Amino acid sequence: MTLLLLFYEFFKAGLFAVGGGLATLPFLYDIAARYDWMPMEKMPDMIAISESTPGPLGINMATYAGYQAYGVLGAIVATAALVLPSLIVIIIIANFLKKFQANKLVQDSFSGLRPIVAALIAAACWQVMKITLFFFDVYAETQNYLDLFNWKTLFFFVLILVLLRKFKLHPFFYIAGAAVAGIVFQM
Amino acid sequence: MKELWTMFLTFCRIGGLTFGGGYAMLPMLQREVVEKYGWATEEELMDYYAVGQCTPGIIAVNTATFIGYKRKGITGAIAATAGVVFPSLVIITVIAAFLSNIQDNLYVQHAFAGIRVAVCALVGDTVIKLAKKSVKGWIGICLFLITLIIMVIWNPSPVWFVLAGIVAGMLLGKAGAWKK
Repeated sequence: MTLLLLFYEFFKAGLFAVGGGLATLPFLYDIAARYDWMPMEKMPDMIAISESTPGPLGINMATYAGYQAYGVLGAIVATAALVLPSLIVIIIIANFLKKFQANKLVQDSFSGLRPIVAALIAAACWQVMKITLFFFDVYAETQNYLDLFNWKTLFFFVLILVLLRKFKLHPFFYIAGAAVAGIVFQM
Repeated sequence: MKELWTMFLTFCRIGGLTFGGGYAMLPMLQREVVEKYGWATEEELMDYYAVGQCTPGIIAVNTATFIGYKRKGITGAIAATAGVVFPSLVIITVIAAFLSNIQDNLYVQHAFAGIRVAVCALVGDTVIKLAKKSVKGWIGICLFLITLIIMVIWNPSPVWFVLAGIVAGMLLGKAGAWKK
């Protein structure tokens, strides 16, 4: 039963995630929020591993999430389900590629879609930040706004953001560096 | 049959050697698909990329499907797509299996706490770049803010926003809102 659900959910993600890899992220969060076979706490690990290994980001995330939910079979089912809508849609479009590109309705709908996809990814990013950089549970108890912030992780967050902008290194280096910092500073 | 196999292996190599997918994959595709095998011209590849961005799914997969389909029909499309996906499937499964064995280790937990911070920064950085590119004009800003606020407060399924975006785009287009 889980396998069928897994297929259905990832097929839906593949069908509605327009604009590449990261666009799958909001859908994975949606799945994690609704089912307990994909725990929310695992999402940041999933992103980290997907970003630091080769292969398209969306595929890596689907494989990881599928594996968490149902082992090797789950990984295969989730990845196949994510890819299937592309396969079907592209095969249909391939026959009238030029017309599709020039179509005004296609261009218009994409103009409306672009800012919305950006917002969906931003919201998914906020879900990761909420549990990593803030202590909403502590704040709810003490009502002291100083307790709301996880100062240690916030400091490293800003540091990495600055380094990212300054040196355009591969994400792997930042992830590896942060892992070391995590151990040294007991994050 | 032989070309299908070559296609699978080539796309395996492309999938296994590029990090991040999407645009990172373009130089590799150019070298293998255009220069080495001549499966598509430079111009066709750019068209596939452009269309791959505004159709559902992962851009790298969409591009692979296009090239495979053009050369060998539906079996070609499947061979190329299976190729792009295959390395991820193997690598990620191995890592995930290995990780679930060492998860309880205290050092591993601290390392992942650090990694989570890096992930926030990496995704945050991408979101800023993406928003700069795709949120334009006051209509774009409105669509962006409305979606963001509703998602953060109520967290509904993103499917509704994708559908609403398509409809809004078409209606606004009819009203001439996208003219520059």
